[in-house]
Amino acid sequence: MFVDKSLFFFTFGLIKMYAHSGKNGVHMHEMSVAQSIVQIVEEVLQEQNARKVLKVVVKVGELVAVVPESLQFCYRAITEGTELGNSELVIEPVPVRAQCLECGRDFSPEVPFLVCPHCRGGRVKLLQGQELQVSQLEVEE
Amino acid sequence: MKVLTVERKVLKKNDDIAAENRARFAAANLTVLNLLSSPGAGKTTLLERTLEKLAGRYRLAVVEGDVQTDNDARRIARYNVPVVQVITRGGCHLEADLVQDAVANFNLEELDLLFIENVGNLVCPANYDLGEAWKVVIISTTEGEDKPLKYPPMFRVAQVCVINKIDLLPYVDFNLSRAREYARGIQPDLQFFELSARTGEGLDAWIDWLENLIRQNPPDSGSTRKPGIEKQQ
Ligand SMILES: Nc1nc2c(ncn2[C@@H]2O[C@H](COP(=O)(O)OP(=O)(O)OP(=O)(O)O)[C@@H](O)[C@H]2O)c(=O)[nH]1
Ligand SMILES: [Mg+2]
Ligand SMILES: [Zn+2]
Repeated sequence: MFVDKSLFFFTFGLIKMYAHSGKNGVHMHEMSVAQSIVQIVEEVLQEQNARKVLKVVVKVGELVAVVPESLQFCYRAITEGTELGNSELVIEPVPVRAQCLECGRDFSPEVPFLVCPHCRGGRVKLLQGQELQVSQLEVEE
Repeated sequence: MKVLTVERKVLKKNDDIAAENRARFAAANLTVLNLLSSPGAGKTTLLERTLEKLAGRYRLAVVEGDVQTDNDARRIARYNVPVVQVITRGGCHLEADLVQDAVANFNLEELDLLFIENVGNLVCPANYDLGEAWKVVIISTTEGEDKPLKYPPMFRVAQVCVINKIDLLPYVDFNLSRAREYARGIQPDLQFFELSARTGEGLDAWIDWLENLIRQNPPDSGSTRKPGIEKQQ
């Protein structure tokens, strides 16, 4: 029992309830990530006056909660039969690099722990590994 | 064929709306907490106990996020607190635009604290900033103490960790100090509350912390504080 976002209703005078209508049937966040990727690709195609995209390269940092296989699956599912239907999604994993805030040195941590191997310090600044971005497109003009 | 270098953040739209939310909350001097846990760890029960203690004295409101049903909002409404139920219809997390829509139902200037109960899920909500000041991750003693190791992104983005259901400690193999150690290994500045939302044991420290948040002006915010893990630019 749910209603559309436009149809608020009240129970006890306090509860307002609405359903999110945009992402019907979505069961994992990779779907919403894939939708955002498609949106970005479409934006770029329009800006560049490009006709068709052949390849979409997405950087996914090792610390980001995105499963590459699920993302591939979702991308296929939502682009099938569209102008992006034949494009290839390339997921480029980005390993973690961190800088220790105690001793200042850079290191590659043993994820999930971000502990400095030089001084055992646990306070770090992340240099890479948190990216989730569309980095490159191959397009046909 | 042409290669275009793009470098656009996939979640930029969400981050932008979250920033708008954060600015609105700040302008209203309102502290917002995002409660995160796996299904059934006790988010709603902790909210109920919290409202019992604070609802008469402060102006509170709740946004409930669930895949289906308004059960949780009904539970909250018993405490005479304004509540909005967001049903995600399968969506596994709340996004900033949903929160923006939901809080349009409240007069933010007239609130002291706003709780957002996220969809029960320890993975996906970690990626989505909602504009909250505090991310509170709740684990319960029935889930095993290695949750922080299995779901590190959530613990990395949180500032506060509630360990709930300590009334069940005699019956489960849950090593409290190891849970804390694992979680601190992921996020060294994590602040802990150990409590039972059922018996009320340990609840006072949590309530005191919330009352302190309400009294601070301008409000303290975990999301802008320099954390043990500094986010990548
Ligand atoms: N023994 C015990 N049971 C608890 C405690 N806190 C919650 N529970 C029980 O755990 C079950 C789930 O609690 P909820 O508060 O609904 O959990 P939730 O995190 O809101 O669940 P979802 O919204 O479905 O993700 C209920 O049966 C609660 O009564 C506690 O401290 N001790
Ligand atoms: Mg709940
Ligand atoms: Zn170091």
